[in-house]
Order: sequence, then structure tokens, then C-alpha cells
Amino acid sequence: MEADAAKLIGAGLAAIGMGAAAIGVGTIFGNFLSGALRNPSAADSQFGRAFIGAALAEGLGIFAFVVALILLFVA
Amino acid sequence: MASPSGGIDPIHQFEISKIGPSINLFGVDVSLTNSALFMILAVAIIYAIMIYGTRLKAIVPGRLQSAAEMLYEFMADTVRSTTGKEGLKFLPLVFSLFIFVLICNLVGLIPGTFTVTSHIVVTFMFAMLVISTVIIYGFMAHGTRFLGLFVPSGVPAPLLPFIVLIEIISFISRPISLSMRLFANMLAGHIALKVFAGFIVLMTTAGGAAIALSPLPLAMIVALYALELLVACLQAFVFSILTCIYLNDALHPGH
Repeated sequence: MEADAAKLIGAGLAAIGMGAAAIGVGTIFGNFLSGALRNPSAADSQFGRAFIGAALAEGLGIFAFVVALILLFVA
Repeated sequence: MASPSGGIDPIHQFEISKIGPSINLFGVDVSLTNSALFMILAVAIIYAIMIYGTRLKAIVPGRLQSAAEMLYEFMADTVRSTTGKEGLKFLPLVFSLFIFVLICNLVGLIPGTFTVTSHIVVTFMFAMLVISTVIIYGFMAHGTRFLGLFVPSGVPAPLLPFIVLIEIISFISRPISLSMRLFANMLAGHIALKVFAGFIVLMTTAGGAAIALSPLPLAMIVALYALELLVACLQAFVFSILTCIYLNDALHPGH
């Protein structure tokens, strides 16, 4: 296999990690929303925590994105 | 912006170029670049909002004064709720980081401008500033007790070495993940916008039925722009709230 083709396949495989991060972020906001609808008065105080969790989950997807970028443009 | 292969090059917008004469100071190239120009522009905008907005100090604030006060109070609330009252001494640092990142992100969204935060060098320096503040303040305020950060209480003795190792690795990866998150979000958003803009060019030059379909990517760009506006504000907020959480470790070490 050509090295360029292998790089492109690798970048495509790395993009799967972003889908996994999407599941994580969706779980966090879905659970936040279901909790917020049960107890709307407590929702505002937990808003920041929901975003912290989402940011941490998203960070791992971002690493997958960076791996894909490195494969495409650097390696 | 065409690449040698004839397509659209989505990376071109992140190129740093010199503006004006090149200046050498003690063997270091310090000439003005487009990145530095937009940093200066961002600082100028922040000064304009903050100083011009609050010049009257009216009891009933006008629009610009409300905007400036709301930004400040929003950050003060965030710092107070995550680090407690004693964290308020870090408010100037957190607020400066927040508003600089916010204005840089928003200025970068204007077509034709340069996004300062889309470079890992810039965001990594912000993250190192935060982490070095945490380490220096932690040791200054608590001495060696700051190392208790890596030793959670109530862990069984056989597990302790592994837990400490994991805590140390997670502490070291903090500046990397903090800077990478902001950088990659900005980079990915701008690349996505440019790729969809490239579709329009390709479809209109292809001719035939493709021309009739070319408004579709245009509509997609409008939707992406709305998303990018949200991401620009959200990432500035996430950056500052994570800064607060890391500072909280320095203020209250030990779990």
C-alpha cells in the first residue's frame, strides 16, 4: 500500500474517535436535560458543571481530531 | 486561495505572514505579523469596551456600560461559585484570559481576519500561564502540603501508588488538554467553514445541475456560522471555568 493512502485511511480511522466523543457529550447533556426537567429549580446551579463535563468529554474527541490532522498535514 | 492541486486549500487562512519591515532584535525576529496585529486589535477592542463603556459610571447604565458590567459580573460569579470567596484575588487573571480569548475568537469569525487562538503556540502559552500560576501559588500558600493534591484521602494502601501515578499524569496532561481544546475547536470550525465555501466554488464552476444545488452549501455556511458563534463564546467560557477549577486546586489542595 502507498504511504499516502495509509495516511488517509489512518486519518479516517482517527475520525471515529470524534464520534465516540459525540456519544459522551450527548449523554452528558441528555442527562442534564432530563435532570433539569425533573427539578428545574436546581438546573441553573448545575449548568456550569454540565459544561465542565462536556468540555472534558469533548477534549478527548479533540485529541482524535488532532491525530487526524497530524496524519494529514504533518506526518 | 487555490492550492497547487487546483482545489481549495482550507489551511491557507492560518498562515502567519509578516507585515511591514522585518525587525531583528538581538538575533530574534520580532517583526510585526498578522497574528500580533490581531492581538493588538483585540486588546484595543477590549480597552474600548471597558474604558469607553464605563467612562460615565452612570447609576442607570447605558448599553455599552451594561455589556461591560455584565461581562465582569458574569466572570466574578463564575470565579466565586467555583473557587469560593478567597479565589476572587485571581479574578483579574481569569477575567483577562476570558475576555482576550472571547474577543480573539469573535474577531476571527469576521471573514478575512486572522484567528489568533487557532494557533497552538498562543493557547499553550495561556495554559502554561494558568498551570504555572497554580503551581507557584500552591507552593507559596501551602508549601509541601500542596503535594497532597496527588494523594487522595481514603484510598486503600495497595492502590495508592497507582492512584498517585494517575493523579500526576492527569495533572501533567492538563495544560495540553486545556490548550488543545481551544486551539482545535477554533481550527476545526474555520476549516469546516472554508471547506463548505470551497464546495460553492467547485459546484458553480462544474456547471449543469451542480449550479442549481450550489445554494445548499451556502445555507450550510450560514448554519455553521451560528454554531461557530456559539462555540467561540462557549470555548472562552470553558477555558476560564477550567482555569477556575485548576486554581481551586491551588487554593484548597487535598481532596
